[in-house]
Amino acid sequence: MKLNPQQVQKVAKLANIPVSEEEVEKYSDQLSKILDYIDQLNSVDTAGVEPTFNITGLSNVLRDDEVGESLSQEEALKNTSQKKEGFFVTKGVFEEG
Amino acid sequence: MSLKECLRKGKIMDLTKLTLIETIKGLKERQFSEVELNRAYRERMKKLNPSLNVYLWAKENGTEGIPAAIKDIIVTKDISTTAGSKILEGFVPPYNATAVDRLLEKNISVIGKTNCDEFAMGSSGENSAYGPTKNPWDLTKVPGGSSSGSAVAVASDMCVFALGTDTGGSIRQPSSLCGVVGLKPSYGRVSRYGAIAMASSLDQIGPLTKTVADARLVLEWISGKDGYDSNCQNSEFKVQSSELKKDLKGVRVGVPREYFGKGLDEGVEKVVREAIKKLEKLGAEVVEVILPHTEYGIAVYYIVMSSEVSSNLAKFTGIRFGKTRDKFGSEAKRRIMLGTFALSTGYYDDYFAKAAKVRTLIKQDFAKAFQKCDVIVGPVSPTTAWNLGEKVNDPLKMYLSDAYTIPASLAGIPGLSVPCGFSEGLPVGLQILGKYMDEETILDVAESYEQATSWRKVKPKL
Repeated sequence: MKLNPQQVQKVAKLANIPVSEEEVEKYSDQLSKILDYIDQLNSVDTAGVEPTFNITGLSNVLRDDEVGESLSQEEALKNTSQKKEGFFVTKGVFEEG
Repeated sequence: MSLKECLRKGKIMDLTKLTLIETIKGLKERQFSEVELNRAYRERMKKLNPSLNVYLWAKENGTEGIPAAIKDIIVTKDISTTAGSKILEGFVPPYNATAVDRLLEKNISVIGKTNCDEFAMGSSGENSAYGPTKNPWDLTKVPGGSSSGSAVAVASDMCVFALGTDTGGSIRQPSSLCGVVGLKPSYGRVSRYGAIAMASSLDQIGPLTKTVADARLVLEWISGKDGYDSNCQNSEFKVQSSELKKDLKGVRVGVPREYFGKGLDEGVEKVVREAIKKLEKLGAEVVEVILPHTEYGIAVYYIVMSSEVSSNLAKFTGIRFGKTRDKFGSEAKRRIMLGTFALSTGYYDDYFAKAAKVRTLIKQDFAKAFQKCDVIVGPVSPTTAWNLGEKVNDPLKMYLSDAYTIPASLAGIPGLSVPCGFSEGLPVGLQILGKYMDEETILDVAESYEQATSWRKVKPKL
């Protein structure tokens, strides 16, 4: 499998990763080589094999719904570069700005 | 010279040479104070850190506790944590990882935060945005990665012990390349709470130490449920109080054919084979086992890990913490894009789902092999430490160096590296893998081996 520069640009956009034209060329080459290597998985017969996503096999592990300690608003906001009246400032979603 | 001998002969001992267990004993018996202990490590650190580049943050005037080094991907309250990335430059976590909290309860203090490959992505330490850490055995060589700083901190006696994280070999491989003990616990043994997530189905926190007994003790301290990691359930590990058996009678040691094939350096093979002979001399029964899907490990890993990376690193938006996404280094970008591609419409079944199925086969390989043996042994890394810069421009070549550590990570089983000799002056580690949640047996085998050999006493000349 090859990833051409257009595909790299598309993936970069999906991943929200800014890439320069130079990087697009570089990643196209490197990712194609990696995918070529990964293509060897096609030679493995996996008919009837269940996938493993989590080796513990645990699911829906829940704890009791009890009120506990949590970060204060001040602590939660400590590492943000932009805050306003005790909230995080994010980019607009529906309009520019 | 032992602690007792030093004292008897009235010699000034170098406190930084003591193991964790010796340090605890020395403090308890008031042979030295915490102030003296901290001073000794601080002086050692001041002398060596500029040339080795181990610490990204170091405590200036610590006087209390037993000094441990923490990989900078593990969060520490009010202490800068960067994960080796520019995107987290200046980030000061408001909480501690569970493993760190548990160490603090045992009178451990954080002497420094160790350098690592950015977000633990790398096998050489060179992907850190803060410059590479150097191998103390040869400053022109890589220390291995991604827990590069933690391995070097232990190898150069700049801490009593360290914590690292292992996703595909990141504790075992640098331990092997630097000549220290490194343990990757079973997946689910230690809470991942506070370890900045790279690949959630693989990440584990574990100790890097001067001896196997030290690793056993640290595992006891950090293991067990905390309510913040749903995969960490019945996971408490207890050090058995009974005396360690000196011999290995009754232990079946499996040697997988696939770990001794093409790509394995001759010098490394010779040292590892000698170590296996030693296990046999100690009474172990050596049996050949097969792990037929080993060759697919790296391909599976790079799909599973990258996919999880692309999801985990989506949270770095620069809104709540950290800087903007243009600050990711090139390996992080590469893996995020590879994972995004593997999960994208039209490719999910061919890549992510396929890899997850082959992962099952790798897991089954181990289950079958462990019907014939109690532990599996082999090399940790196909080569000793390589030259700085040698593989940085060829990511695939770098990935291939993890061929022997990745399969155990995919299967979730525990593994460790114990020093087993040298090839051309560079350390070689013996990898010992065990059944799921059976750290006890791999630690016992490693400790018997360690006590019957003297590799751990050989230190780098610094």
